[in-house]
Amino acid sequence: MEPTAEPQAVPQVRSGARRAIACRGITKRFPGVLANDAVDFEALEGEVHALLGENGAGKSTLSNVFTGLYRADEGELEVSGTPVAFDTPRDGITAGIGMVHQHFRLVEPFTVAENVMLGDQSDIGRSFRLHPGAIEERVAELGERYGMAVDPRARIWQLSVGEQQRVEILKALYREARILILDEPTAVLTPQEATALFVTLRAMAADGRTVIFISHKLHEVKAVSDRVTVLRDGRSVATVDTASSTLESLAALMVGRELNTYTRREEKREIGELVFEVEGVTAAGDRGVAAVHDVSLSVHGGEIVGVAGVAGNGQRELAEAVTGMRPLESGTIRVGGAVVHSGDPRAAIKAGIAHVPEDRLHTGVAPSLSISSNVVLKSYRSDENSIGPFLRFHHIRDWAVELIRRYDVKAPGPDASARQLSGGNLQKVVLAREFSGSPKVLVIAAPTRGLDVGAIETVHAHLREAAANGVAILLISEDLDELMTLSDRIAVMYEGRIVGEVDAATAAVAEIGLMMAGGRES
Amino acid sequence: MSIRIERRLAQPRWLSVAVPIGSLLVAFLLIAVVLLATGHDPLATYRDMFEAAFTAPGAMTQTLVGATPLVFTGLCAAAAFRMNLFNIGGEGQLYFGAIGSSAAALLLAGQPATLIIAAMMAAGMAAGAAWALIPGFLRAYLSTNEIITSLMLNYVAGLILTYLIFDSHSYWRDTTSASAAVFPVGKPLPDAASWPTFGMNPIVPFGFLAGIVAATLLWTLYSKTRFGFEVRVMSDSPRAARYSGMRTRRKILAVMALSGALAGLGGASQTGDFLHTLDADPKGLRAYGYGYTGIVVAALARYNPFAVVLVAFLLGGLQNAGSALQGPDFPSGLVGVMEGMILFTTLGGELLIRYKVRLQGKRREPVAPAAEATR
Repeated sequence: MEPTAEPQAVPQVRSGARRAIACRGITKRFPGVLANDAVDFEALEGEVHALLGENGAGKSTLSNVFTGLYRADEGELEVSGTPVAFDTPRDGITAGIGMVHQHFRLVEPFTVAENVMLGDQSDIGRSFRLHPGAIEERVAELGERYGMAVDPRARIWQLSVGEQQRVEILKALYREARILILDEPTAVLTPQEATALFVTLRAMAADGRTVIFISHKLHEVKAVSDRVTVLRDGRSVATVDTASSTLESLAALMVGRELNTYTRREEKREIGELVFEVEGVTAAGDRGVAAVHDVSLSVHGGEIVGVAGVAGNGQRELAEAVTGMRPLESGTIRVGGAVVHSGDPRAAIKAGIAHVPEDRLHTGVAPSLSISSNVVLKSYRSDENSIGPFLRFHHIRDWAVELIRRYDVKAPGPDASARQLSGGNLQKVVLAREFSGSPKVLVIAAPTRGLDVGAIETVHAHLREAAANGVAILLISEDLDELMTLSDRIAVMYEGRIVGEVDAATAAVAEIGLMMAGGRES
Repeated sequence: MSIRIERRLAQPRWLSVAVPIGSLLVAFLLIAVVLLATGHDPLATYRDMFEAAFTAPGAMTQTLVGATPLVFTGLCAAAAFRMNLFNIGGEGQLYFGAIGSSAAALLLAGQPATLIIAAMMAAGMAAGAAWALIPGFLRAYLSTNEIITSLMLNYVAGLILTYLIFDSHSYWRDTTSASAAVFPVGKPLPDAASWPTFGMNPIVPFGFLAGIVAATLLWTLYSKTRFGFEVRVMSDSPRAARYSGMRTRRKILAVMALSGALAGLGGASQTGDFLHTLDADPKGLRAYGYGYTGIVVAALARYNPFAVVLVAFLLGGLQNAGSALQGPDFPSGLVGVMEGMILFTTLGGELLIRYKVRLQGKRREPVAPAAEATR
């Protein structure tokens, strides 16, 4: 563990302002994951306090500890100077903590007032007879006070996403929340709605309430907050005054390394001919809205091109689009000059595009099937593995034994189900299968997420070896360390677009970090 | 103290044998209570049941007759359910098998028996497959829920059957004989269209033998071939199947057609083995709900084709025993209770194969079980 966990001296913004919520040494473990590691945090009354960090930095876990949804394994929590221990979310509500989740918890066919009433433990909420009138009045009054006008009698499904979010905030205010936590509130909003939200948040702070604003978008944090606490890898690394920090300094804190602390690639690579071309690719996301906008990339044989970005900026969709898993709305993909038929994984496989997906367990393998079955997932049709309509099970099993030996997979045997393998061993099985198809191109997403150090080394070694053998590799990762060590060039993705491309040998990390957080559009 | 139900990470092999047997024992214990309460001797009743199902003269024949359609509808459900394709339409596909096979027999009147019987089987399978392809296409291309569509088409198929015999002068309807003028019936099929029995005793319906062959072929297809491999991958993870370049839509169509063809063969067997006409009588072919019972058969057999044959045989025996037991002092309601108990415990016992029940002392103390449950 690094000794730098000591936060910088906490600046007092408003002398005299009381601490609304504070925690010391909060630790929360999940099986195999340390989500929060001795986190220290405090927010004052009347401030907007941003909680900044990359995906997986532990922001949501920490807020769930604050609301009583999770119980910390270690550490102390105090609200308004009194130590508290929450057993259930109700305790959190009673203590005056309200949470607005990224995904709303609203009953669509109910009216605004009815939703506000749900779970209300105050007198009118508890009585047997409903009092919609009184609640509607109070909701309207609160809405007016904070500039969040919503018709209390409107039904949720009739409202826009921005209005629904207002209902969530009103629900918290109605329950007398003094501390309001918003988890990535702008993710679902249009820029105009976001601006209106910021006005509301400032108004609530001016009223003496505390707003904890969770985000990984730097300019928003800069725009709305008084102070920022940065989380990284589950630890609180610093609390700084927003006014005295810059987008660059925040990006550096969030990404975590000062300039030049990255291990740069040492070996010299032989870059071959242009193999993989992605030209003007646009593809829709799962909800139908374009998730990848006009992305162009090119990868030469023996080259590793990294794609950096905070999760959810279209990287998964890009990986799916270029491997045929997701139909293209426009653009072309070429391997060795030949156009690959879009939206057809089999065409991509035939063209020599290997794919190691982000979701190893449910896309990369069929989890309940054996290792033998999984190593031939893409080659079971070949003459080697089948005779007529019948599969050559003995041959396939021998092949699995051979790959297990060659890739040093720790497994009970070739008949063990893929589900039984650890993350690292599962990734080895996927890599073994993909490399055994002698690919020209490898698209690999989050290759080491959730793996331990040893497994990470192995996966990296395999990637280097593949590059040395002339494979064109597109490496999509949220781990800057990994991108810096492996890539020749790094393209940065933000909101579905490539916002910049840098040479990994000379790039400044702060610059990449800034682009990742949307701080610079090029 | 609390009870938790957790998913088993590994399913031990012995469980899949021990649980059904245990379930049956529990069922017989529960039934004994009911029998005692209604003044019957449980042991004597069980002995009577066994005799009526298997050992009494003619009992085995009757059991096999009851089992034959269930073999086909059970295979129909098992074939589709294996790929998480919930074809509830075995009933309607069976009717279509009857329509197709009787048409073939009528068209080929005068031809040799072998040709007629082969054509009946082929036509029955084709008609059942065609009917099943309707929900298949809707599912593959429009992502329609096949449970709803295949179920609804059962009623449509039933009405088509009624229309062909009662409401029209269709090719299938007998318009010549005197009795048919009073009550509409289907044309009698030529004698050569009666499926052979080979003079065995007990009589084994030709359809039952065909069912055993179909089960063997289905097992081979699903466990030895590329097709079966693709079905396994698709049922485990549709995303992984797509990722591997499998033609998932085509597979949905193929499996629905296969499933429908099996039920259609059941319809052909009903026609050729027993009915010898297109039977639209509401108290005839349509009265027994073979398609729906087939789903229960498939579930009890855990979608294993050979187990489907076995379960169909046992269920045929149970139904046969039930109707033999009925009498002045043994009401049919009591028979229904017994059959219900057996189905309830055997289906309920399935839970114990996939999940384990764990009793816990204090609520929050142990960390390990919670960790296991989140997986």
